[in-house]
Amino acid sequence: MASLASANLLTKLGKLEPLKNGLHGRAGRNDLQGFRKAGRRGGRLVVEAKVREIFMPALSSTMTEGKIVSWIKSEGDTLSKGESVVVVESDKADMDVETFYDGILAAIVVAEGEVAPVGAPIGILAETEAEIAEAKAKAAQASAGAGAPPPAPEPAAPAPPPPPQAATAAAPPPPVAAAPSGRIVATPYAKKLAKQHKVDLASVAGTGPAGRITAEDVERAAGLTPSVAPAAAVVVQAPPAAAPAVKSSVVGPTAAATSAAVVPGTTVPFTTMQSAVARNMVESLAVPTFRVGYTITTDALDALYKKIKSKGVTMTALLAKAAATALAQHPVVNASCKDGKSFTYNSSINIAVAVAIDGGLITPVLQDADKMDLYLMSQRWKELVDKARSKQLQPQEYNSGTFTLSNLGMFGVDRFDAILPPGQGAIMAVGASKPTVTATGDGFLGVKSKMQVNVTADHRIVYGADLADFLRTFAKIIENPEGLTL
Amino acid sequence: MQATHCASPSCSFPASKPSGRACNRASFNSAGASNLSFCGLRKEVLGLPARSVSLTVRKTAAARRCGAREVKASASDNGGPATAAPYDYDVIIIGAGVGGHGAALHAVEKGLKTAIIEGDVVGGTCVNRGCVPSKALLAVSGRMRELQSEHHLKAMGIQVAAAGYDRQSVADHANNLASKIRGNLTNSMKALGVDILTGVGTIVGSQKVKYGKIGFPDKIVTAKDVIIATGSIPFVPPGIEIDGKTVFTSDHALKLEWVPDWIAIVGSGYIGLEFSDVYTALGSEVTFVEALDQLMPGFDPEIGKLAQRVLINPRKIDYHIGVFAKKITPAKDGKPVTIELVDAKTKEPKDTLEVDAALIATGRAPFTKGLGLENINVATQRGFIPVDDRMQVIDANGDKVPHLYCIGDANGKMMLAHAASAQGISVIEQLSGRDNVLNHLSVPAACFTHPEISMVGLTEPQARKQGEEEGFEVSVAKTSFKANTKALAENEGEGLAKLIYRPDTGEILGVHILGLHAADLIHEASNAIAMGTKIQDLKFAVHAHPTLSEVLDELFKHAKVEEQIPQPLHAEPVAA
Repeated sequence: MASLASANLLTKLGKLEPLKNGLHGRAGRNDLQGFRKAGRRGGRLVVEAKVREIFMPALSSTMTEGKIVSWIKSEGDTLSKGESVVVVESDKADMDVETFYDGILAAIVVAEGEVAPVGAPIGILAETEAEIAEAKAKAAQASAGAGAPPPAPEPAAPAPPPPPQAATAAAPPPPVAAAPSGRIVATPYAKKLAKQHKVDLASVAGTGPAGRITAEDVERAAGLTPSVAPAAAVVVQAPPAAAPAVKSSVVGPTAAATSAAVVPGTTVPFTTMQSAVARNMVESLAVPTFRVGYTITTDALDALYKKIKSKGVTMTALLAKAAATALAQHPVVNASCKDGKSFTYNSSINIAVAVAIDGGLITPVLQDADKMDLYLMSQRWKELVDKARSKQLQPQEYNSGTFTLSNLGMFGVDRFDAILPPGQGAIMAVGASKPTVTATGDGFLGVKSKMQVNVTADHRIVYGADLADFLRTFAKIIENPEGLTL
Repeated sequence: MQATHCASPSCSFPASKPSGRACNRASFNSAGASNLSFCGLRKEVLGLPARSVSLTVRKTAAARRCGAREVKASASDNGGPATAAPYDYDVIIIGAGVGGHGAALHAVEKGLKTAIIEGDVVGGTCVNRGCVPSKALLAVSGRMRELQSEHHLKAMGIQVAAAGYDRQSVADHANNLASKIRGNLTNSMKALGVDILTGVGTIVGSQKVKYGKIGFPDKIVTAKDVIIATGSIPFVPPGIEIDGKTVFTSDHALKLEWVPDWIAIVGSGYIGLEFSDVYTALGSEVTFVEALDQLMPGFDPEIGKLAQRVLINPRKIDYHIGVFAKKITPAKDGKPVTIELVDAKTKEPKDTLEVDAALIATGRAPFTKGLGLENINVATQRGFIPVDDRMQVIDANGDKVPHLYCIGDANGKMMLAHAASAQGISVIEQLSGRDNVLNHLSVPAACFTHPEISMVGLTEPQARKQGEEEGFEVSVAKTSFKANTKALAENEGEGLAKLIYRPDTGEILGVHILGLHAADLIHEASNAIAMGTKIQDLKFAVHAHPTLSEVLDELFKHAKVEEQIPQPLHAEPVAA
């Protein structure tokens, strides 16, 4: 089954317009007077028939999602150009969002208190009453973002975060040692992290002074600290807590948006991210791909990993480095074909690695992976993952990949194949490394750890022999990995 | 109490002497009348032309024995016409903080023979335990924030390895800065010939002040006018036990003897906010305890809200609002600091915090003990010395006390270093025969967080209330730092400037800024308020491009002043 819906195509950034007229911030919710006169800019709109969508605007350059504080107008209200329609809470301030057009607020798509990614439709504006019905119909599918290209600045922007109670279910209950008094003492940052990663503090054992719960405790409970992977599984990037999310993205997009309980029999509209992923996946069908697999002995790699793990080197970095080194010798596998008529040998080798994050997945990119020192790369990887989790990746940090690495080994998956993200030449699917009985060339039987890798490539530019050759090089590097540390 | 005090804190950082309660008392007695707050040092450096090099001889004389009324032989040293007069000095200032210093310098300029009495160290709270050393820590905090914000740096193409700091060196930087400024202050006064009298000053009668060090007999000096400028000390609510190590005030915090992993800051006014900036930059986690229902209660609500989004929410800070810290017990025997919180309204127990340290930043209390106010029938009000608009002291009967003035934190009008200095200058103007009333609404205030917050005049709710009462309309103009080229070049587009004004007259009622260098930007507005400059005139003032000052330019241009105002002043044709 195909996996790895690479989200890295969702690269269109929402236009970040400086708010020339200033922030239309408000002192208090009831204080509207100051703003009626003030504003000019606000809701972005899509010019499309006479039914228009009001989008979640990018109110600041760092805003990836916004919360609807309140709708100033109700459904059915007549709006005139420049009027405030809705108050949005960005990461910085509450701001009034105004309409550029006259019309009627036909439908509210995102209700008060809910969160929507930048670029997602939050309401529908009809020009005349006659169009209200049409607008309402549109509203029904609006959250799927079908109408207009949602300029999602970050593919990871999730749907409304599920309430913490619901979420605790998703967090693996770590060893529990509730505070003896029944009172929970957690530091401010620990509390923040717990909220962010939906960890129930009551289930976290505090290791700080006087048994307080520290940020590290929460990270551990959320599986954020790179744990010592059992059996030196080839995988690093997906921590246990994120595992359910990975699975759901594999199984189907519906579950990806929220880790809240799934209600059977309901139809859930796509989130912006899901629709984008869906589009990319459909788009990928236009590329003729083929797959080549290879089984590689990992004993040497495992041994090396054991040796240098203490220096902060991660398995992901090792694999990325190995892939980059192999790609350097096989530039065609690192090429990309964008127009179907020509192809480009990419000037740098940027390894994108799929990471499951809350509500989906993202592919942070290790740039110039062939040139980067392994230790620096491990560090860089850690930063990228942290950023991905806190949704702070910059576009070039997730969309500049020239080759993708995807790994499901941590689930015990021994082999799978990945869908090639449009715009790249090849993607490698890495399975778990498993002890295998092997007959060696000299007639002995032995147990070796072996892992299967499977590369999907664009056959317009990469041919079978190219890929086979690349894989042989890759396997050699993995089997004699000392060179990676140089 | 805690929060009420925060609402009018002293200079953006104060702090003061005592470290423990015992010390506290000791300092009342010994160190005496002297710790003022205040920054805003004016001309404190040497450069002023020394008129007659002053007598350091005086000090030894002071320390030596002498009964009452020793005649000052050196009377002609410092200026003035007091030579043949019945007084030793034209003016004596009790307290050599920023307020006293400002008054002294202006007094000399006006030709008055001046002495300043200091029982502790020159510079007062501001220079020694307040704004000055805190600026050193905040400078470190700003740099650390910059260097830690890899994301931010990378956007500008800069790469740095992990930033770290050495605590002792940071602490030394703060201490060195304080010493340096203290030296500058002292030298500037010496150079001008101000007599610096060492000891605790006590008013013994009209125009008569006693001073002296412990263990030495007192001396009495007389002056035509006396200015009290004794400042304030940190206010510690009852129930809080200060040990100077795990539970402390800004006085100790500024020494930065350690950086706790988790510190509770009681009070979220300027002082608390600035320390939260420092501590979080150095790696601590912070919990605010605020008695009022919102953080940063003194700020314009909109600015406060933005400040919360920028300075609190993204940092490792949480908070409890609407609660009093009823009891705080220092860490002992391996137990953490415990803070018992009760609901501010119902007094019901709410929660108990266990933290590594607690900083008490609940505002400042005037320091007037030992001043001898009883000798002249002056009763303090909540500790403050009552004064009229011209800073003249009011006695218990409500009458003005002749020849006695009080400036700075001790009168509680506006607990800011530069306000004290401005009040001092205003008093000296009066003593020199020119009536002068300081417009406190023109005195700016700043909080040196990253980014900074500054303000002058009224907040929006205050302005609206006044407008309602007095029947004028109030308008608000706003602009974002995101629209400013320089701010964007610095990659610091976060910020808001807000102008509150009368659309009918073009009068500025208040300006509030949160953003890069806000503290430096406010003066265009405060000067305009002080000079009565109207927005319609300011709109024509030219600002260099691209500068942060254009934020204010933008603000003035956004303001809509009603047309009927006749275009004043600059209407004459220029050249022909």
